[in-house]
Amino acid sequence: MKFGVVVFPGTWSDKDCLRILGPVMGHEAVSIWHEETDLQGCDAIVLPGGFSYGDYLRAGAIARFAPVMGSIKAFAERGGLVLGICNGFQILLEAGLLPGAMLRNESLQFRCQWTYLRVENAATPFTQLCQPGQVIRVPISHGEGNYFADEATLDALEASGGVLLRYCDAYGNATPESNPNGSRRNIAGIVSPGRNVAAMMPHPERCGEAILGGEDGRLIFGSMVAALAGRRSVAAV
Amino acid sequence: MTATPAHSDTADMSQANETGATPETPEIDDRALAEVALTRDEYQRIVALLGRVPNHVELGLFGAMWSEHCGYKNSRPLLKRFPTTGPRVLLKAGEENAGAVDIGDGLAVVMKIESHNHPSAIEPYQGAATGVGGIVRDIFTMGARPIALLDSLRFGPLSEARNRYLFSGIVGGIGGYGNCLGIPTVGGEVYFDASYNGNPLVNAMCVGLIEAGRLIPARAEGPGNPVLVVGAATGRDGIHGATFASVELDESSEERRPAVQVGNPFTEKLLMEACLELRDKGWIVGMQDLGAAGLTSSTVESAHKGSAGIELDVLKAPRRESGMTPYEMMLSESQERMLVIARAGYEENVRALFARWGLHSEVIGHVIAEPVIRVTEGATVVANVPTRLLTDEVPAYTREGVAPPELAGLWRFDVTSLAGSLPPVDQALLRLLATPDLCSREDIYRTYDTMVGANTLITPGSDAAVLRIRNANDEETGKAIALSTDGNGRLTYLDPFNGGALAVAEAARNCVCAGALPLALTNCLNFGNPEKPEVYYQLSQAIDGMAAAARALETPVISGNVSLYNESFGQAIYPTPVVGMVGLIEGLGGTAGRAPTPSAFQAEGDIVALLGELSADPATLGGSTYLAALHNTVAGRPPQLDLARERALQRLTLDAIAAGLVHSAHDCSDGGLGVALAECCLWSGLGLRAEVPLPAEPAEILATTALLFGEAPSRIVVSLAPDQWEPLATLAASAGVPLTRLGVVAGNRLTFGPSLDLPVADLRTVWRNGLARALGSGPATAE
Repeated sequence: MKFGVVVFPGTWSDKDCLRILGPVMGHEAVSIWHEETDLQGCDAIVLPGGFSYGDYLRAGAIARFAPVMGSIKAFAERGGLVLGICNGFQILLEAGLLPGAMLRNESLQFRCQWTYLRVENAATPFTQLCQPGQVIRVPISHGEGNYFADEATLDALEASGGVLLRYCDAYGNATPESNPNGSRRNIAGIVSPGRNVAAMMPHPERCGEAILGGEDGRLIFGSMVAALAGRRSVAAV
Repeated sequence: MTATPAHSDTADMSQANETGATPETPEIDDRALAEVALTRDEYQRIVALLGRVPNHVELGLFGAMWSEHCGYKNSRPLLKRFPTTGPRVLLKAGEENAGAVDIGDGLAVVMKIESHNHPSAIEPYQGAATGVGGIVRDIFTMGARPIALLDSLRFGPLSEARNRYLFSGIVGGIGGYGNCLGIPTVGGEVYFDASYNGNPLVNAMCVGLIEAGRLIPARAEGPGNPVLVVGAATGRDGIHGATFASVELDESSEERRPAVQVGNPFTEKLLMEACLELRDKGWIVGMQDLGAAGLTSSTVESAHKGSAGIELDVLKAPRRESGMTPYEMMLSESQERMLVIARAGYEENVRALFARWGLHSEVIGHVIAEPVIRVTEGATVVANVPTRLLTDEVPAYTREGVAPPELAGLWRFDVTSLAGSLPPVDQALLRLLATPDLCSREDIYRTYDTMVGANTLITPGSDAAVLRIRNANDEETGKAIALSTDGNGRLTYLDPFNGGALAVAEAARNCVCAGALPLALTNCLNFGNPEKPEVYYQLSQAIDGMAAAARALETPVISGNVSLYNESFGQAIYPTPVVGMVGLIEGLGGTAGRAPTPSAFQAEGDIVALLGELSADPATLGGSTYLAALHNTVAGRPPQLDLARERALQRLTLDAIAAGLVHSAHDCSDGGLGVALAECCLWSGLGLRAEVPLPAEPAEILATTALLFGEAPSRIVVSLAPDQWEPLATLAASAGVPLTRLGVVAGNRLTFGPSLDLPVADLRTVWRNGLARALGSGPATAE
């Protein structure tokens, strides 16, 4: 299983992603420079967090034009697994691979804190190790994570199972108080209709070890691994 | 070679030459001297050393390098009193941009704290942001990867609109810059007092990690080696920043706004990654960031360290504005720039590496054997000064200190005079927990990325932050470092020696509470105008106190920064030494391993005990937070730190933690025992049923108040399983440290004698909302 972690100028979660995938979970993980177009035969691509291009213009607005993005689009069109985290989410929105946009947090402040997330769709390659409705605990760290889309788009997302994760309280209630950034309908993560492109604002790579206060991040990456293993075994048959 | 004045703005100087002024009686007007913040005596000394009248550019070089900020001319003799050596010290203070300490496994921790007070007073967001940028560059210049940031802040009361404006701007600038870099901001402190009105303190600390043999020196050596400037282009921002930092603030300070730099964290992030990549290539001999006094200090200091000189052409440095003079080019403090001294023949490799990161780099000169800084503008030499005159020859002033005359009166303050106006202790506790000095800082640190890097084991809000250490191959080492900053201006004002010693002791004690052995410290000395005998006394005494504590606790000073002239409108701030401490935890993780020790209570039924003296002596209220916050009184002689006792306490605590005897440990300092116990409760949600009888109120309310809110030093609150009581008592007895059983972790109320019985939820609410309430009293405005 080979993961590619994309590095744009200003990316900073790349090393954390490489670590949880590599030393912590024991998979092959390589970094892919934004100017490259060769995805090095990776089975899955992670767009990590950070401030690509200094968030100039808008978060993710410049990164979408990076040479690597063309290859990632093609990879996604072929059904390849792509996960955007934080700034990666913003980039996937700007690239049009997922619907909606990010606004500044409702507080107008950066927020770094633990959040509870309710798994809304457990039948995806990113959540298949979770139970439907399971509450997981993952930290956020962003200033522009206020997910926005028009009502029709949101309705369509909900109806099609496109909402992957929702901010909630410890008991799974998606309350206004548990929403850290003002996201529409408490949406913390979404997934494409083909279920192969997903994005989330919280950082699963920051909670893959008990010593860091939680291991729920493994559920996300572990799901991807399980999904890829499943595909391989299907392919092998 | 003689430098020739090359610009119309050197008219004053050239005129002085033409009128036949001799070096013995140089003519210069006061305005020209004020611009570079040099005295007439210093000017005459420069003329004598140089053997001629300096031209305008050269005078600018002297002004910057002889400023307090770069030259430490008032503090250097005092700083020699610090202990700077120890078995783990790899780089002593002053050797490089930051000190380094060995943590084993071939790894070194590099750290430094630095002030950005004056820029932040004028332009809070950019002042604080570039403070972070500057200290981060100090660390990666050495080839170390920055792994943590801390910030020690002081403001005037939040009841004033201007202070709220400074507060939100400074906190915003720290987050805005630091969050973009991918370095976690893991700790720090903030306090409020009217003495900081108009002169807030912003001390930023950066901690880096490197393999011990890979440190890059800030040295220019090898004649012929090319000198490159890398990163941002040079503009007119920040000219005279170093001199600005070395004068008092007054009504003209607003006009100094151009002396404040503007930061670009994105460029910094690229510069950091590029420099760290460059480290391992073998293409360079040295690297020095451009901080205060920009090209001037970076070339002078690196040439001096390499016992060489540098010749550079200002026309070759990329600039972002046209028409900049050599004077402006040399003194600009444009951010995110780096001086790289490459090996001859490798300049194109270096340039290609930076280009890959989208960064400009230009060869602007080369190392020369002659130990001078020679600045040219094209073919014209515009400055030519021996480096020695800008470094070794910086004057050092040893002044006479005089104890502030008000001290004796303040020490005579009699706490018993308050006996009639003491509030009930439960009300006092609730009010204390809500004060901006003691309430929750979560509203601040949740705007900082505290977790990036996935190493933060204890996030802000405990005694010390704790970070896991992995080696260069990303493997676990079983080690972690604890980091803490500490410094109490009020206590240092009331007793400078004791205040200085306490800053060191408390920073170390904070690390000890997390289970870390304190290793070394960095410090930032924030004081007023040292030319005033009372201020000089404070500085000298505080340094003596810090030095004594650093010796006793075996925590040498590995780096530091001095910020003097912290005065606005003639009024000095409280003398505020800030200490940043690093401690080491070993044997972490694994099956038999342990975790850092938390501050909060952990389990119902645990015994709560105090290590150190349980005291109801009213004198311990002297200088306390209680007096300041509830009685608006800054007076009394603060309880004296006994270094032998402090050392015994810290050793005992570490031994108890190593033996697995305690579940939690929390430093008992600001707010006294009452606040420490309340914090252990409200952080955990667990209650405490105290068994120590409080003196019966109201007759003995003074004693009760002293017991709960007196600030006797050298005390730690621990909680432990009941079956560990005997071993702990044995250990404490053999260490000669008093141990008092205070009660049991139980329920959800803090119950202490007949006069204190409060729901933990209420304690938490007032504590958590304290900052918002203080900030909510009105809008923040710049006026």
